[in-house]
Amino acid sequence: MQSNRQVACLTRRQFVAVGAMGGAAVVIGCTTGRQGDWEFLSEEQAGTLKAICDAIVPADEFLSASQAGVLTFIDRQLNRHFRRYRNTYTNGLEQTNALSRQRFGRDLAALSAGQQVAITGAIEQQNRDFFNLVRDHTLAGYYGSPRHGGNRDAVSWRMLGLAAPPLRGQAQYDLRKGSAS
Amino acid sequence: MKRVNAVVVGAGAGGGIVAKELSTAGLSVVLLERGPWYTANDCRKDDLRSQRTPVLGNAFGPEDEGNPRVAVSEAGVPRIVLPSETGYQNIAACVGGGTLSYAAKAWRYLPQDFKMRSTYGVPEGSSLEDWPISYDDLEPFYEKAEYEIGVSGDYSGTPFHGPRKRPLPMPPLPPNREFQILEPAAKRLGLHPFHIPMARNTVPYNGRGPCMRCRWCFGFACEVDAKNGTQNTVIPVALASGNCELRTECMAKEVLTDDRGRASGVAYFDANGHLQEQPSDIVVVSASAIESARLLLNSKSRLFPNGLGNRYDMVGRNLQGHNHSGAIGFFDFDTYDDLGPGASIAVADYNHGTPGLCGGGVIANEFIRLPINMFDHMPLGAPRWGLGHKRAMRDFYKRNISVQGTTQQIPTADTRITLDPTVRDKWGLPVARTSGHVHPHTFEIGLVQAQRAVNWLKEAGAVSTLVNAGKLGPMSVPADAHQAGTCRMGNDPRGSVVNRDCQIHDVDNVFVIDGSVHVTNGGFNPALTIMAVAYMASSALVRNWKGTGLRS
Repeated sequence: MQSNRQVACLTRRQFVAVGAMGGAAVVIGCTTGRQGDWEFLSEEQAGTLKAICDAIVPADEFLSASQAGVLTFIDRQLNRHFRRYRNTYTNGLEQTNALSRQRFGRDLAALSAGQQVAITGAIEQQNRDFFNLVRDHTLAGYYGSPRHGGNRDAVSWRMLGLAAPPLRGQAQYDLRKGSAS
Repeated sequence: MKRVNAVVVGAGAGGGIVAKELSTAGLSVVLLERGPWYTANDCRKDDLRSQRTPVLGNAFGPEDEGNPRVAVSEAGVPRIVLPSETGYQNIAACVGGGTLSYAAKAWRYLPQDFKMRSTYGVPEGSSLEDWPISYDDLEPFYEKAEYEIGVSGDYSGTPFHGPRKRPLPMPPLPPNREFQILEPAAKRLGLHPFHIPMARNTVPYNGRGPCMRCRWCFGFACEVDAKNGTQNTVIPVALASGNCELRTECMAKEVLTDDRGRASGVAYFDANGHLQEQPSDIVVVSASAIESARLLLNSKSRLFPNGLGNRYDMVGRNLQGHNHSGAIGFFDFDTYDDLGPGASIAVADYNHGTPGLCGGGVIANEFIRLPINMFDHMPLGAPRWGLGHKRAMRDFYKRNISVQGTTQQIPTADTRITLDPTVRDKWGLPVARTSGHVHPHTFEIGLVQAQRAVNWLKEAGAVSTLVNAGKLGPMSVPADAHQAGTCRMGNDPRGSVVNRDCQIHDVDNVFVIDGSVHVTNGGFNPALTIMAVAYMASSALVRNWKGTGLRS
């Protein structure tokens, strides 16, 4: 994983820096700069997206979207299968944050949860395509297979009462009943 | 390349069976498949990357890169669609085709399904027609498919099926909770519920074990290889005959023809992208309704300037699938028992015989809805996001039953496949372009079917229901994995593409053997009918075979 992250760093952000500073400096930059956790998103974009994702799936007694890794899921896929949605994300996040600053004078990430929900609701009306895309990706990440970074430890499946990992061979043995009953 | 007797293009439901029947009869066969060969080990149970929910792409192809199609909206606006997007009308691209990951519902069509025009007349603007073959013609081949592919289930609960000589080779799975809730409700309504026939082992059969009842079925390969497709039944038999060579990741470019207007082989791109020519005595096109039509249209020559078999502009017309309509019922008790595959019970009472409606369709409960399948299907009034949505998921995930129908689609001649004039795939071949509209009567039937689903669910105790009245949106050509009809079978060369033996009217050594030849598509999932037609056409082909050509 570590080497992957370094390679990803190299390609995504430090490419120009490689020529100027040499490879060693890049590796240091990657390993020490923890803000380099995102493959595609900038820190500001990640903060805005986190607020929207958590408005879509907020925390209660079960994890929120970002706590379950949905941001990691979306960010990774923006470099892979969601590549074609990059512009929608970039523009939509910028528009959302601009709306936040216009209405509350601060970035979306700095607002209270209630204010974030209000902005998210406003964006749902103003930029339906962007909102629906983020909503679908957030819910897919939260309720989908944990292998892609969202739904950490199958949290949503446990929330819904699904055995995770699933039971095997139920046709023959009903393990849920236990031996006592 | 060494000449062979037959090239079969496409190793899916139709082509797999043709390859087996021809090779075991002694013909040398090359079976071309554009995708790779997956096995049970490739079942990743990844609900973000499956044939059912391709959020991150299709698990079994085609991949999004280099395989576009063009869909024309009802307003006439063309747009490029990728294989994982709605509107692509995807099946799969792999050995077994759709049958590797399908739902595996394996119904026979009803006798009336082959006589739609004589039963109902022709709704205005439709191309409703009779098949040139009857249920009775196909019956022995339905039985052969049920036994060779392996079908479980039980028809004894319903009088609504054609005559059959033998029961299904395997019993149904023990009923799940949805079955137990829906069965008495159906009986109270005077309906005749029965166990859905499935190409799925319920007992050891054909050298493989039974279903272990997991959650990941429809859209996934089977982890224990209990789901029966052509990739784990007839194709291994074809290869074992010693007469069949399977070439994977080979994309057919065109059917080659000689100066006398007969097919001489197939040009294709091999796994390395090199153009190859495989000479053959006959060519069988089994690439599924959209790709088979595309291949014929792409096979242009001096004698066939508009494509092979297309003298009367019939190739690609009458594209159809099914109109899926029904309802989800929400209950105040748990309906979920985590016993896959989930789909278990059906009624065929509504397939025919409703005054004013040209047919209908089977209504059955759905496969297990994984969490990712449910987040857009919460009760009316539930928020689309936020804490309210999360709570609705918790409240209703285990308390819903989905009952859906495959409503028979009324075909129209202008719902069709053509070649896009500009867009090409990664091999440089013109891609398929879908256009047209579903005949409006289809939706009238769909609405009635949805109401019937609601009634069944309410009788079963549903507190509220969410109606799915079918695809009324801009994606106006619901063909999808049930796609059929583009190379219609018929006796009149001006109104069809192939004869009753699936032989192209124009060229006697080219056959189309897959869902393309379906005149109408029944009110059921089409796989078993594709298979039965493949057995029937193969039988005729072998009967007429005389060494290096066909008896005329």
